Amino acid sequence: MSSLTNFVYVCRFSYIAICCLSLLHRIDKINVEKAVNYVVSCKNLDGGFGSIPGGESHAGQIFCCVGALAITGSLHHVDKDLLGWWLCERQVKSGGLNGRPEKLPDVCYSWWVLSSLIMIDRVHWINKEKVARFILDCQDKENGGISDRPDDAVDVFHTYFGVAGLSLLEYPGLKAIDPAYALPVHVVNRIFFGR
Amino acid sequence: MHGRPRKPQKPVDDASIAKAAKLRVLQAQFFQNHHDKIYAKEALEISAKLLETNPEAYTAWNYRKLAVEHNLRSETDPDAIKAVLDEELRVVESALRRNFKCYGAWHHRKWVLNKGYSSVDHEFRLLDQFQKADSRNFHAWSYRRFVAALKNMSEEEELKYTTDMIETNFSNYSAWHNRSVLLSHLLKQKIEGFTPREKVLTEEYELVHQALFTDPDDQSGWFYHFWLLDQTVTPGAPVLVSSWPAHGSDLFVSFKGNLDGGVSSSFTSFCSDKGAFPLIIYFNQSVGGINSSTVTVKHLFDKNEDLIWVPLATNNSGNAQAWVTFLRFPDVKDDSLKAYPVEVKVGHSQCAFTVSLRSIDSKHGEGGSDMEMIVWKDDSFHASEPLLLSPPVVSLDQATTNKEPEQIDSRWHEETLANEIALFQELLSEINCKIGKLTLARLLRAHDKMIYKMPFADEKTHSKEVLDLFSDLMKLDPSHSRYYKDEHSLVLMEQVVSNRESLLTYCWKYGEAHPSYLCNPICLRLSKLSLSRIGSFENLLWVQMLDLSHNELWSIEGLEAMQLLSCLNLSNNKLRSFTALEPLKLLKSLKVLNISYNEIGAHSIDTSRYLFSSPLSHTVGDDWNIDAYVTDGVKMNYWEAAVIFKGLYLTQLDVVGNAIVDEKFNLFLTHILPSLVWLDGDRVY
Repeated sequence: MSSLTNFVYVCRFSYIAICCLSLLHRIDKINVEKAVNYVVSCKNLDGGFGSIPGGESHAGQIFCCVGALAITGSLHHVDKDLLGWWLCERQVKSGGLNGRPEKLPDVCYSWWVLSSLIMIDRVHWINKEKVARFILDCQDKENGGISDRPDDAVDVFHTYFGVAGLSLLEYPGLKAIDPAYALPVHVVNRIFFGR
Repeated sequence: MHGRPRKPQKPVDDASIAKAAKLRVLQAQFFQNHHDKIYAKEALEISAKLLETNPEAYTAWNYRKLAVEHNLRSETDPDAIKAVLDEELRVVESALRRNFKCYGAWHHRKWVLNKGYSSVDHEFRLLDQFQKADSRNFHAWSYRRFVAALKNMSEEEELKYTTDMIETNFSNYSAWHNRSVLLSHLLKQKIEGFTPREKVLTEEYELVHQALFTDPDDQSGWFYHFWLLDQTVTPGAPVLVSSWPAHGSDLFVSFKGNLDGGVSSSFTSFCSDKGAFPLIIYFNQSVGGINSSTVTVKHLFDKNEDLIWVPLATNNSGNAQAWVTFLRFPDVKDDSLKAYPVEVKVGHSQCAFTVSLRSIDSKHGEGGSDMEMIVWKDDSFHASEPLLLSPPVVSLDQATTNKEPEQIDSRWHEETLANEIALFQELLSEINCKIGKLTLARLLRAHDKMIYKMPFADEKTHSKEVLDLFSDLMKLDPSHSRYYKDEHSLVLMEQVVSNRESLLTYCWKYGEAHPSYLCNPICLRLSKLSLSRIGSFENLLWVQMLDLSHNELWSIEGLEAMQLLSCLNLSNNKLRSFTALEPLKLLKSLKVLNISYNEIGAHSIDTSRYLFSSPLSHTVGDDWNIDAYVTDGVKMNYWEAAVIFKGLYLTQLDVVGNAIVDEKFNLFLTHILPSLVWLDGDRVY
């Protein structure tokens, strides 16, 4: 966050702060109700969330908002059926997921869209096999790594989201990842249950 | 990072090495200046160079803000100030040319504009350029909203801008989105020219029709249309839609045993061993603030102010569609307390029923002890005999005497929906458009909900047409088939339970010996209906025995309203985890539960993890400790089962056929359910 008086109030910083504070068992250091109210003010009429109030719904922002609401036990503010439908419509003919209507699919949305759908228990509204296939098609089978789209240049960002997405899809051989904290489930369990 | 073609890996060449080295030097110089708080011209140029190469280096934007504040500290000449700020705008523009989606650059521009020295009109010209380059750039749209606010532009002017954008290109979701935001405000504030609401919405329908008929495959218009539909049908103030006991019913409460058969309708009898019976009220939307000041109950044996209302929800919001309180009754030795009245008033709604008390000697009762096992086989049930009274079925006009202030608009609502339905039926006769079919299905459902509300409604519902549409959609758009299936299930449930004759065909009498608490052995059998989801709970508040086996349920959300449930069969469904069973925690009357042959323990990803009260979402107290649920030595993943079962007094439980089940798990169950008599059909000792 900017250290100056004119702060950047955007939802992804809310998510980052809430996530970190929660992992550190220090969520009481902020006014959670106010933080939740700000996130809810970014809710749009189509059920999605923008980066600031009035901002267009976008899967990346939706992940940040839904994640923040999940961690603060505030998912009752989400219209799960309305948002779930908006999110499931991100799956295009090729099986990949885009970030908002009439845009191209991209592997990173396998994370933003899938984790959001899972947090609101609507992931069965997409064809999971087709998403998995799309992610696998984005691999560079010669040099390794995953790209945003088939035959594009690979990078760490998309490799992470591709693997994380496959974990959310219960792809065999992968450890389960937590959709809100974006950490392995066994790590989150250790932090919160001490086991 | 995005959209760069994959090239074969080249060995790193000298030019790339030199470029990287140059950038590292530049960065080091910049950070030195930043740490030493040097804001001279040369230092500023270094930061500008860095941002030109990498606009995402947000520390450089912050440094520039510090530099501007420092350099303008004692500057009073407005021209000099403007010159400094113009330079900032120039740096932003060059950064945006590099990456017009850079958050840091856009924010810096806002920061400069907020100083008040820059030309707002110039910003609009810049925005027009950006719009032409990419009409979906949400940074530009956000910035536009910011600049419009600075200039104090009216929402009507901005609305006109969205009209222009939409008419240029219908496929502009960003423009439609902005339009919906602006219109919402204008309608809410009842700005002149934007009332009456119905006139505005009618015009919007006409606008969106143009988009939909020009290019039905573009999604943008359809999403907007969905929003218009929501504006057309959204209920106003919350309204009571049903209750248990139901309005106009005569409740027979017996205690210390069960009813003599046949005296009264099995649908309105209740056995209580606690000296109280529940009063459940169900609204058309989630409500808060239900307490003895907002709900008045006239009951012979309780003072209204003593009643405590509890929301029936699995979240901490304090809101729920269903609320419950308990009305007490005294120990009577005879039938002297016959049919005393109870009246409930909340808001504009009210309902009234009568209560008769009967104390029964247990040796006259039908059933045996509480140890009888419920057998969920077909031959345990026989069709219920003709009953004296039919099951309570909701019809708003009868259930409540409610005076909806918006009733005058219902004519427009009905006409608009009928119009839209006719239009899309015609469109779909020519083209096979998936989202068009979905829209038509939604319109028909909305229409049914509307006419159902009106008194003396003769029209038959469109359920069959809607069910057919969803079945078509499952084939037309297989990727989303489970979405359509869930919708199909909800409509099927509405069809089954909203009609007296239909509901009766699903009611069966449990013929075997049964425990004494099950004084009303009527079972609602909804098995083998391919239901993936359940709803219409307002019609099911009276149910004590429910069979939902052999369906495809992945969720039981909403079941918590069915407070009378004592026997529940959820076997052979698709329930994936104990977290999905949280509604059961609120079913305090539950004694018999069958969750055999589901998928609990079979999945590595828990899709209801964050809808379940746990430390992960800070929805449990600070003193919550997992050791209260699973002691050392017990598998950690049993804790969710413990949370569900600990508050229930189950006598019969079936869990076989779930991946989590083994000897260890069954032993664990017998420890946390001390009242358990039957586990998977075997007696527990």
